[in-house]
Amino acid sequence: MSEFASGTLTAKNIHLSFGSNHVLRGIDLHVEKGTTASVIGPSGSGKSTLLRVMNRLIEPDQGDILLDGRSVLKDNPDELRRRIGMVFQQFNLFPHKTVAENISLALRKLRGMSKEQARDEALAQLDLVGLKHKADSRPANLSGGQQQRVAIARALAMKPEVMFFDEATSALDPELVKGVLALMTDLAQGGMTMVVVTHEMGFSRNVSDIVTFMDAGVVVESGPPEQLFTNPQTERLQGFLSDVL
Amino acid sequence: MDILNQLAETFFDWEAMGEVIPKMFAVGLPNTIVLAVVSGIIGTALGMLLALMGISRNAAARWVARIYTDILRGLPPVLTILVIGFGFGPIIRELTGSTSPYPMAIAALSLMSGAYIGEIFRSGIQSVDKGQLEATRALGFSYGSSMRLVVVPQGIRRVLPALVNQFIALIKESSLVFMLGLLATEREIFQIGKDAAANSGNLSPYVAAAIFYLALTIPLTHFVNFIDARMRAGRPEKKEPDEAAAVVGKGAQA
Repeated sequence: MSEFASGTLTAKNIHLSFGSNHVLRGIDLHVEKGTTASVIGPSGSGKSTLLRVMNRLIEPDQGDILLDGRSVLKDNPDELRRRIGMVFQQFNLFPHKTVAENISLALRKLRGMSKEQARDEALAQLDLVGLKHKADSRPANLSGGQQQRVAIARALAMKPEVMFFDEATSALDPELVKGVLALMTDLAQGGMTMVVVTHEMGFSRNVSDIVTFMDAGVVVESGPPEQLFTNPQTERLQGFLSDVL
Repeated sequence: MDILNQLAETFFDWEAMGEVIPKMFAVGLPNTIVLAVVSGIIGTALGMLLALMGISRNAAARWVARIYTDILRGLPPVLTILVIGFGFGPIIRELTGSTSPYPMAIAALSLMSGAYIGEIFRSGIQSVDKGQLEATRALGFSYGSSMRLVVVPQGIRRVLPALVNQFIALIKESSLVFMLGLLATEREIFQIGKDAAANSGNLSPYVAAAIFYLALTIPLTHFVNFIDARMRAGRPEKKEPDEAAAVVGKGAQA
């Protein structure tokens, strides 16, 4: 039983260029409902760009994106993004709003909730990440780990079918990383469909159902974590793992 | 000592000052404030429009804003006020029957300050981290809503000091409207000082006018410094360690 109304996400043959820079060169990624896919690879390999293409913050030049087997490229991209939560490396909380307002803004404006309803829902989400007592603080007065947990609560409040994590722990002090990873692990075990771009090899290995290694805009290797981490087939993945482990 | 006496008589003739100060309070000060406040409000609205055009994804809108701003910022204020006041005055007179150059004075000040305020807003909005727009859009907001609800409010906040500075400049520039030949009841601080100085042949009314201007501008200057410091330091609120994460982190380390 899943706690979430998760969906299955598929990206097919995604191509994207910025001018003459061919950033994504035919990416395929399939994330089954309720599973976690982690995407690893060196900086500049196109991992973060792939996330932004899959929720259409950037439109692909070519390829298709399917949610529950249906192409979403013809839909209104704003509506697609309401179905996909995203958490960023730099948290990107709204500094001029309180923690609770950060979460209630989209509930009020996009879900049409009343002010009180939205605040109640925001408090409930904050409770889930252990920060209800910070509801009326400003993001700047929270630690990085707390800010990232608020950002996760903000995304979850929209009841997404899929969650994207873009190097969600890379900007955190080492002692704060585990709190955020623990929360992400809870979500994965709760049945959320997740795509996690990460440099945390421990998380990738222990929590994800499938690991995708990207380099220079292509998927070099993909498979179950034990296979990729213990028996990498390609030289590029072997080289990458020996650099990061 | 002769020179000192002469200077004192020229600039600090208390009698001449005493004669002009009541009129400055009754007529000059209200008119200066009305000119500055009304054109400040119109200029702010115009500036916001120009800023949004300037960052628009529509190239034509960007060009219109660019050309307008370049011209209005590039001209001496005295020239703009004369051209607008004398150039458009007769047209307005024909349309409305009003002979007062007062609306033209406000229009000229508004159009000028709009160009400067537009640049202030634009730089503020563009200085907001692009992650803010990205995060808002990722929640499912359209580009327009994201700008309106998240990006623009932050951009305005950080240029408040520059905006108050622009308002100070507007108070000072409002003195230039004397060139349009305002009616007696429409005269602002500077012109009342100027008229009195011309009548008495003594410069003390100018000194009185100067004191009025400083009484308006110096508090505003300090207000700028105050909000600037407040925004730099933030509201005083204590930052706490991340208790919950620390427990998980330290405990799970072993």
